[in-house]
Amino acid sequence: MKILVFAEQRDGKLKKASLEAMSVGRELADATGGEAAAVVVGQGISGLAAELGKVGADKVFVGDDALFAAYSNDAFGLAVGKAAQAYGADCILFSATAMGKDLAPKVTARLGMGLLSDVTAYSVEGGSPLFRRPIYAGKAFATLTPVPGKPFAVTLRPNVFPVADKAKAGEVVPLDHGVTPGDIKSVVQQILTAQGGLLDVAEANIIVSGGRGMKGPENFPILEALAKALGGAVGASRAAVDSGWIGHEHQVGQTGKVVSPGLYIACGISGAIQHLAGMSSSKVIVAVNKDPEAPIFKVATYGIVGDLFEVVPLMTKAVEELKAKG
Amino acid sequence: MNVLVCVKHVPDTETRVKVKPDGMGLDLAEANWVINPYDEFAVEEGIRLKEKLGGEVTALTVGDEEATKTLRQALAMGADKAVLLTDAAFQGGDALGIARVLAAAARKIPFDLILCGKHAVGEDNQQVGTLVAQLLDVPCVTVVTGLEFDGQAAICKREIEGGTEVVKASLPALITCQKGLNEPRYPSLKGIMAAKKKEVLKWGLADLGLEASTVGATGAGFQLRKLELPPPRPEGKVLAGEIPDQVKELVRLLREEAKAL
Repeated sequence: MKILVFAEQRDGKLKKASLEAMSVGRELADATGGEAAAVVVGQGISGLAAELGKVGADKVFVGDDALFAAYSNDAFGLAVGKAAQAYGADCILFSATAMGKDLAPKVTARLGMGLLSDVTAYSVEGGSPLFRRPIYAGKAFATLTPVPGKPFAVTLRPNVFPVADKAKAGEVVPLDHGVTPGDIKSVVQQILTAQGGLLDVAEANIIVSGGRGMKGPENFPILEALAKALGGAVGASRAAVDSGWIGHEHQVGQTGKVVSPGLYIACGISGAIQHLAGMSSSKVIVAVNKDPEAPIFKVATYGIVGDLFEVVPLMTKAVEELKAKG
Repeated sequence: MNVLVCVKHVPDTETRVKVKPDGMGLDLAEANWVINPYDEFAVEEGIRLKEKLGGEVTALTVGDEEATKTLRQALAMGADKAVLLTDAAFQGGDALGIARVLAAAARKIPFDLILCGKHAVGEDNQQVGTLVAQLLDVPCVTVVTGLEFDGQAAICKREIEGGTEVVKASLPALITCQKGLNEPRYPSLKGIMAAKKKEVLKWGLADLGLEASTVGATGAGFQLRKLELPPPRPEGKVLAGEIPDQVKELVRLLREEAKAL
């Protein structure tokens, strides 16, 4: 198969998720006896091709143009579609990031391709790929295969696939993108950065989450302190968000973000089914709750039955001491 | 401003999912079906725009007769019209198949804005809104938490990792709604009574001028191989002793056993 990977950059830097996607693209190409290319779009981004070569791109289609200075799914969608056609791609891979999820359907609708969202595992059987993805926010998993002979696209969940070290030529191919200013009907005008400088739950490898047991918005700084000590993000249950204690962008669960970090620390979260669905694929789960019967303990790797207001500050102190020792 | 709102009838988020013995379908017999939670933000936003600027709100769904309940919910909240897009030929379609049906319906109703939920809980595809927009060749802004208008343009706040993008899109446009955009109203008793009297139109394949091969299972891009429940998590450890000692032990386990620190 010929695999094309959309490589996402912001401010001229490639996203780690795109290196993960390129690594998957390389492996899929090798397993099916094909080749892998990347497409990168932006302004002043030609230097990124070499980085993509290092993780397995045979070719890199580069759309370097002032028209791509700000993200527009119209312009980027046209450009990626052009690259797919120029390459004769059988498969297009995106990362399931905010940009990838926004862009992928623009491309597949135009090309009439099927699209599989948020894939977390894959294999190749008899030359055909099989993809596994969570449904119902992880309450179940579906395994699907593309209809033979039909080109298709996939978005890959970030933080799931390793970055491989399989250097290829990364030959630069200037992209004949054909985009004109008249094609751009929507465009990003400004990016507002979240305050506090903590990571987003969707990107963090460690998440410290609070629920109803937090009792009020004034207590979230104790979670922030632990998250900061761990280099992680602050999450929340729906109960905490719906009570107005913390912004909905922190919500983890079926109506929030579905996450699978290396470490998830649930503080004062009882473990409603819709929350468990959103976090139970985390590698390690710690539960801190006063109620020993709370369902969260059923999914926890380690549990402390106790008052989070006593436990969390002690954890922060212990982690800070650990980090100070190196 | 005339607004189309695309809604979906889904099992609520309390649903315990079971896989059928053949592994090729879900057993949702015990599920409580509701309007997709994100679609409530879309319906609410549509009604607010109508109240402010005039025009009509039309709710659309693809589904069977049961899905009429979700259309009634949209009507009870304040939508003016509803269309059930239903045909045996639509069954088994993927997101693109569903989007082709919705786009064909949208072509029959004048609109300035189409609102959808950010994604439908269950399939979790987060595709249909954008696919509809592209099929109709209108701009699309996804995961929107703030919406204002500046003449013939929508100024949208859109959630991204660690921040917010401000996106300007010319009208007509399609917008997918995220939690935070508004606080959906509960239907009033009067609204519920009025909704019962409102007509729900039904359009099928022929009404929409679609080819069966492009919409149902035959048009899908992927074939299902199996469905399964997630593997059970390994048995955990609940620590014991004085809290300060438990915390010390926890940090040691996280570092040495789980290698998570």
